[in-house]
Amino acid sequence: MQTQTFPTTFDQVAIQDGGAKLEIRNVTKIFRRGRQSNMAVDDVSLKLSPNEFSCIVGPSGCGKSTLLNIAAGLVKATSGEILVDGDVVPGPGADRGMVFQNYTLFPWLSVAKNIAFGLSLKGMPKHEQQERVAHYLDIVGLSDYAKAYPKELSGGMKQRVAIARALANDPEVLLMDEPFGALDSQTKEQLQEFFHDLWEKTQITVFMITHDVEEAIFLSQRVHVMDKQGKLRETVEIGLPARRDLEMKLTPEFLDYKRHIVHSLR
Amino acid sequence: MSYAKRRYLKPSVFWSIRQGFPSWLTPILISISLLVPFVIWCVLSYGGFINPKFLPTPTTTLITGIDMLQNEELMADIIASSLRVVAGFTFAALVGIPVGLAMGTFYSMDGLLGGFFRTVRYAPIAAFVPLIIIWTGLGETPKIIIIFLGIVFYNATMISDAVKFISDETLNVAYTLGATRRDLLLRVILPATLPNILDTLKLNVAGAWNFLIISELIAAQKGLGFKIIYSQRFLQTDKVLFCILVILAIGLATDLFFKLLFWLCLPWAESKTS
Repeated sequence: MQTQTFPTTFDQVAIQDGGAKLEIRNVTKIFRRGRQSNMAVDDVSLKLSPNEFSCIVGPSGCGKSTLLNIAAGLVKATSGEILVDGDVVPGPGADRGMVFQNYTLFPWLSVAKNIAFGLSLKGMPKHEQQERVAHYLDIVGLSDYAKAYPKELSGGMKQRVAIARALANDPEVLLMDEPFGALDSQTKEQLQEFFHDLWEKTQITVFMITHDVEEAIFLSQRVHVMDKQGKLRETVEIGLPARRDLEMKLTPEFLDYKRHIVHSLR
Repeated sequence: MSYAKRRYLKPSVFWSIRQGFPSWLTPILISISLLVPFVIWCVLSYGGFINPKFLPTPTTTLITGIDMLQNEELMADIIASSLRVVAGFTFAALVGIPVGLAMGTFYSMDGLLGGFFRTVRYAPIAAFVPLIIIWTGLGETPKIIIIFLGIVFYNATMISDAVKFISDETLNVAYTLGATRRDLLLRVILPATLPNILDTLKLNVAGAWNFLIISELIAAQKGLGFKIIYSQRFLQTDKVLFCILVILAIGLATDLFFKLLFWLCLPWAESKTS
């Protein structure tokens, strides 16, 4: 695996060195079905520094979803381990919040109660929960929908609530599995911009997978390219300005990154 | 042989499959489906096509029914039967719901309880009646046990299937929010399956009335099933018919009750059964 850095003159958000927030160490996953075995993830190692935003791009079926599920503790790796703040984690927990591609709001809870779900599991006092919920409802711009049920929301609104629910729980790392994949292209771009602003404000560590190369470049500081064999092929440092807007997707620098990654995927 | 190069779906209102259906047509069709059997009953009985000993007219049935209510304490029979159904149904819910949830949630419980519950479901309850009488005598207990056994296995298996329809992602997201297995069961799986639980109970309350008739074959002194069997001995078909109509009316009322309960308790959900 090689690391590619483009020369850049832009002012960037520096990735902090030192202790990794999330570390994936020599993770391999082999699915066995009868006599056939399929290597989904092949000895992948990577680190996320605090406040880092990294993406994995790869063709569909390349095992990137499996890798994220292993990082979340939802799928057991055949070998290798996951570390949060230097400690090996044995299973899923609130330290690794997750946003899924499909809408995973609990339909029996109102928007506010969905956001409060993790908080009430922790036993946080009610008034503190309400404050946090109000804060995150405000951040995702859905304060008017606090009492609505998920079935009354559009797809984009549901994903905003899912993001708010994950963030309100104050995770060490936010894992995202194609969170904007099910949305139409306009809503998708709106949410990308929204999420970029949100990351700037909260400076949370984000590990996201997507098959959308543009989305990966637009949002992240590092893009890891995964190939069909489940190996990390290369890591591209994205030297775009810290502050990003959708217009940037049309600049020559952006397109250079895109061309490079698209070629790398072939 | 020639075949059409291009085929298009022809528009249809009556045969529409999930393409929208005019809302005014539904009540008309429901009325037809209820009226046609009634009209056939009227034609056959009033028209004298069938001996009134075998098929009494609606008027005779109604008059007999009023007479039964006034002079034969039919109300006491209705109450006795309803209490048996409520008792058997309640026990079947108290056992069936937790067992079904456990079977659907844990692989271990699915093996441990499912092996028994899924197998015994195929045993005809009527065949157990002699054993139940030998074991528990002739009082109310065997009647309630028969109703209980008749539906408890269906409750459990239907609810366990409903749990299995909860998506993996719904459960996984709960894990990543810090849920323990206990949280998962009580705060995700239980509320997620609550609509299916109500639907299952609604379907199986009809089963409870079926098994009531079997249970009242056992030395009953009261009850609608007893009344039906008793009247049959004297060829009082009008009384039999009226008792059946009473059970139908109670069934409709329970159905409405469950619909109301669903609407009140689960405003976020949509019922999948009718």
